[in-house]
Amino acid sequence: MKTNSIRMLRTTILSLSKETIRVFRETEVVLLRNRVKEYAVKIRMGLVNQTKLITATSELARNLLKYAGGGEVLLEIVTRGRENGVRLHFIDKGPGIADIDLAMRDGYSTGKSMGLGLPGTKRLVSEFSIESEKGKGTTVMILKWANG
Amino acid sequence: MERIPILRMGKFLLVTIQVDLYDKLALTLETDLVNMLNKTGARGVLIDISAVSIIDSFMGRIINNIASMGRILDAETVVVGMQPAVAITLVELGLPLTGVYTALDVEKGMDLLKGKIDFEDQFNQDAEDDDIITF
Amino acid sequence: MNNQLASEGLREDLITNEELRSQSEELLNILAGSLTEENLKSGNPSIEPVIEILEGISITRARQGFTARETGLFVSGLKNAIIELLQAEIKDSAKLVTEIIQINSIMDDLAIISFETFIKGREEVILRQTDEITEISTPVIRVWEGVLALPIIGTLDSQRTQVVMENLLQEIVATGSSIAILDISGVPAVDSLVAQHLLKTVSATRLMGAECIISGIRPEIAQTIVHLGIDLSSIITKASLASALNYAFAKLNLTVRKNITDTKKKQE
Repeated sequence: MKTNSIRMLRTTILSLSKETIRVFRETEVVLLRNRVKEYAVKIRMGLVNQTKLITATSELARNLLKYAGGGEVLLEIVTRGRENGVRLHFIDKGPGIADIDLAMRDGYSTGKSMGLGLPGTKRLVSEFSIESEKGKGTTVMILKWANG
Repeated sequence: MERIPILRMGKFLLVTIQVDLYDKLALTLETDLVNMLNKTGARGVLIDISAVSIIDSFMGRIINNIASMGRILDAETVVVGMQPAVAITLVELGLPLTGVYTALDVEKGMDLLKGKIDFEDQFNQDAEDDDIITF
Repeated sequence: MNNQLASEGLREDLITNEELRSQSEELLNILAGSLTEENLKSGNPSIEPVIEILEGISITRARQGFTARETGLFVSGLKNAIIELLQAEIKDSAKLVTEIIQINSIMDDLAIISFETFIKGREEVILRQTDEITEISTPVIRVWEGVLALPIIGTLDSQRTQVVMENLLQEIVATGSSIAILDISGVPAVDSLVAQHLLKTVSATRLMGAECIISGIRPEIAQTIVHLGIDLSSIITKASLASALNYAFAKLNLTVRKNITDTKKKQE
């Protein structure tokens, strides 16, 4: 019966629109931030959530520039049943992260180096995942639902 | 070249940030600021961020730098006009703005600075710790 | 139609007979349209349009206040009617059984769908009410120039604390207040999560250049906080709203004085 397939649609995440943005210079980070804002506004995300999403985007984009010389960002509007969200994949072919666990540990009490800022960034979004292979590159995924 | 203007207000310097800071611009700002502090002998710096909607760790570092450089040159820094959404995000991000005072607007910022400087001059001791932001 | 009127699901107070007739007609028409010979033969009838109509009816009924049972009976009333018709028309027993089984399975699915949609309709009502409650129960009061008070009543969860935090910060900017008093005497329990939220609220206020005081901490809560090992040393806490106000005045360099009257008998 069709009802089964309808039920499945409500739990998988579907991509509604896609865009790839190259980030190899600082001006392109600004471009990326503005596009993310446009998408967030389109899905009616509240101001605080918008700010969190764009700040996370800024952090990860700067990482791309700083540690990998640049990369590509896949920007999508996604939906899961009734919820809409913005998803970003930050893809680089840089040196990769040797120790992901270490990178994900909160080291802000030292106050000295911000490092990759990953634990903080993770707190700003709904979903976060990172894959990295030394010498091959890194992919970071963040997703923020409109309602946080 | 694009430059962020630094205004002089009595004993203080006022910097209003209205554009996205990028590397070169931030560096120029720091340089201009220390030079101005040297030239004017100003005792305080007000950074107006009421038009800034995103503060990431890069921006945070700039603010910390300015505050540190200022202190070395005997000037205190106050950040004014932080937007609510930014404050909430910064708390979540866990960004420590150490050694930076904050105030709601320029007027209150100047009152704060005046208080600090008079106090300092009067008793010739380090500024109180209770106003410094810690998490 | 007769089936409907005879059924227990009839709620004359909630829906007129007119509406009932038109709802039933609409459903029947769509159903007839979808159950063509081809669809039934392939064994996989395309009942999308029927589902849409059914969902519409279900949600409307949920909002009007029907119980789930009543809405379900609406659908099964239809099933009974169809089965009666089949019994009258088909004389071959074997064929009758096959047809009935098929109709049965289709109608059962429809019934399930109508239930699901009904529940969703109710959930929407609940969500809307929750939003309203959240809005009402977090007022921001200007107790004095430059001093805001937020009496929080009820449980503090993640969602609510976000709302409180945003409200508070926006009001601080709007009123130019430099001191905010969060009174939690109306909060029944504080666990480490709630305490974390409170700490975040205080931090955000400080970042903006204002001060946040927490008042109304009940003795039990003070005990719980210490037992949970939560560190509140960076927050200013006062037992009552009154003492918090006192502190606020002091911070703003304000003094409250009693007026001295002329008569020598009353001397303060």
